[in-house]
Amino acid sequence: MSNKDIKLVQLPSPNFVPERDKDKPLMLEVSHLGIDFGGLTAVNEFNIGISPTEIAGLIGPNGAGKTTVFNLLTKVYEPTRGTILLDGKDTHGMNTIQVNQAGIARTFQNIRLFDKLTVEDNVKIGLHNSIKYHMPTGVFRLPKYWKEEKKAHDKAMELLSIFDMQDMAGYIAGSLPYGAQRRLEIVRALATGPKLLLLDEPAAGMNPSETSELMENIEKIRDEFKIAILLIEHDMNLVMGVCESIAVLNFGEIIAKGTPNDIQNNPKVIEAYLGSGSINGGEKEGTLPDSSDASKPDAEQMSTGHLASPDAMIGGRKEES
Amino acid sequence: MLSYLINGISLGSVYAIIALGYTMVYGIAKMLNFAHGDVIMIGGYMAFCSTSYLGWPVIPSVLFAMTVCTMLGILIERLAYKPLRDASSLAVLITAIGVSYFLQNMALLIWSSNPKAFPNMVNLPNVVIGDIQISSVAIVTIIACIVIMIILTLFTTRTKLGKAMRAVSEDKGAAQLMGINVNATISMTFAIGSGLAAIAGVLLCTAYPTLMPTTGAMPGIKAFTAAVFGGIGSIPGAMLGGILLGIIEIFGKAYISTQLSDAIVFAVLIIVLIVKPTGLLGKKMAEKV
Repeated sequence: MSNKDIKLVQLPSPNFVPERDKDKPLMLEVSHLGIDFGGLTAVNEFNIGISPTEIAGLIGPNGAGKTTVFNLLTKVYEPTRGTILLDGKDTHGMNTIQVNQAGIARTFQNIRLFDKLTVEDNVKIGLHNSIKYHMPTGVFRLPKYWKEEKKAHDKAMELLSIFDMQDMAGYIAGSLPYGAQRRLEIVRALATGPKLLLLDEPAAGMNPSETSELMENIEKIRDEFKIAILLIEHDMNLVMGVCESIAVLNFGEIIAKGTPNDIQNNPKVIEAYLGSGSINGGEKEGTLPDSSDASKPDAEQMSTGHLASPDAMIGGRKEES
Repeated sequence: MLSYLINGISLGSVYAIIALGYTMVYGIAKMLNFAHGDVIMIGGYMAFCSTSYLGWPVIPSVLFAMTVCTMLGILIERLAYKPLRDASSLAVLITAIGVSYFLQNMALLIWSSNPKAFPNMVNLPNVVIGDIQISSVAIVTIIACIVIMIILTLFTTRTKLGKAMRAVSEDKGAAQLMGINVNATISMTFAIGSGLAAIAGVLLCTAYPTLMPTTGAMPGIKAFTAAVFGGIGSIPGAMLGGILLGIIEIFGKAYISTQLSDAIVFAVLIIVLIVKPTGLLGKKMAEKV
């Protein structure tokens, strides 16, 4: 089943964001970002600004270059063109580790936990750079070792408590259920102390109730940690429900930016998702699912919801495989 | 019978310590460091020089050998392997063999091919239980091995650096994105492995007190066998594989044939690999569907 049927979380006001962060400098400012792989331009003229406590969404059809953007931001790939300013600082010349220390943390589309380590140790890997002792201290277990490890343990537990996962601390990460693994990835990313959290399809493979819980948690994380969040997601309920601004990527270029409302009614976006033919197919069919209409669930809208976001269905099917 | 067993465990302990170096480096850098055996030889020569030429006591000369080997390990990794981080594993393997020959020939130039008589580093009386005499060297070797295993296990499971090592061995990319310095972690692994090789070198040369530039080659290959035997990449596997290999070798020598003992060792390896291709404690790679 697709996640389209359940809409539990209220929409935040789309106009609220710019007001709250109006006088603050942007957390992330990307301009003219692009990368070529050989002759292929994977991402081009990518411009985006994210304010310090904004939840932004990056959507687009499969293969549009969304994950490539994440890889550029985290310097897994070195950009061919453009600049990335993080908190006003140019990340040019930084490597992945330095970017992480500067404040970008991410999760992965296909979960990449350290499967053989325990849940707690996975979080502690995220805390690695905040635990301060050297090798001899660790080998001989000097007092500083105990102090720092205790601190790390407490911090790890505190972070795990965001998702009520303290009880699972001793489990091997690879043995966790799928949804818990996704949540653990978010905790691990948060452990590195980011200013900007990148979530790559956080709801992929989650059931509707897990997704709605995730939506609440994304907002909770933003409120508690006062960080910006940029997420890639195919689940339109989540994107429309939690994101304050959305950028739509198609063939490596941004084709639309705006509030969830703007995006839902943007003809270019509808065309990118459905193909050009459907533009003439009547207004109702050509509208992306609108979670602000959640209160009046009628059968017709649900069916168009399926139609309008084929990727959401693919996302829904993943959990069954 | 019992004394054979103790000799076997003692020899196996040395193999185990060497095998740790192979298995840790393989686990983290996914490469076979065939120069590891020659680091043992360098460790032996360092201990030999500091005791015989400089007249240092045992402990400082062991520490000296460890320091030199640790630095040598880091240096080898930096100069020979790091530039090949993204190269094919075959290129890295050939480089490792090259480094191995380089070290052997350097030793040949410096110390010549004449065997050196290694001084006895363990001046303790042998232990006599009933009618069995156990050499103090064997006891010291076994104790050293146990201590190393305990420290190493605690290090890899309980410290942040050990955890970083395990994280890097599982997923370099993800570890890097979590802010872990992968290069430093790999260097550290080489350092630990080479430091252990120095200890193994001293223990080996104390048990078999002739030192030549090729001294490290055969134990190196046997320890590699032990690592594969136990499941390469697994630390407990290296310990188990090393000790079993030592016992098999000594028993083969005692009861079957002195000349065939090496052949027996490798025959056992082949059988184990046929029955359980991942080694005794090796884990099957789970395939995600």
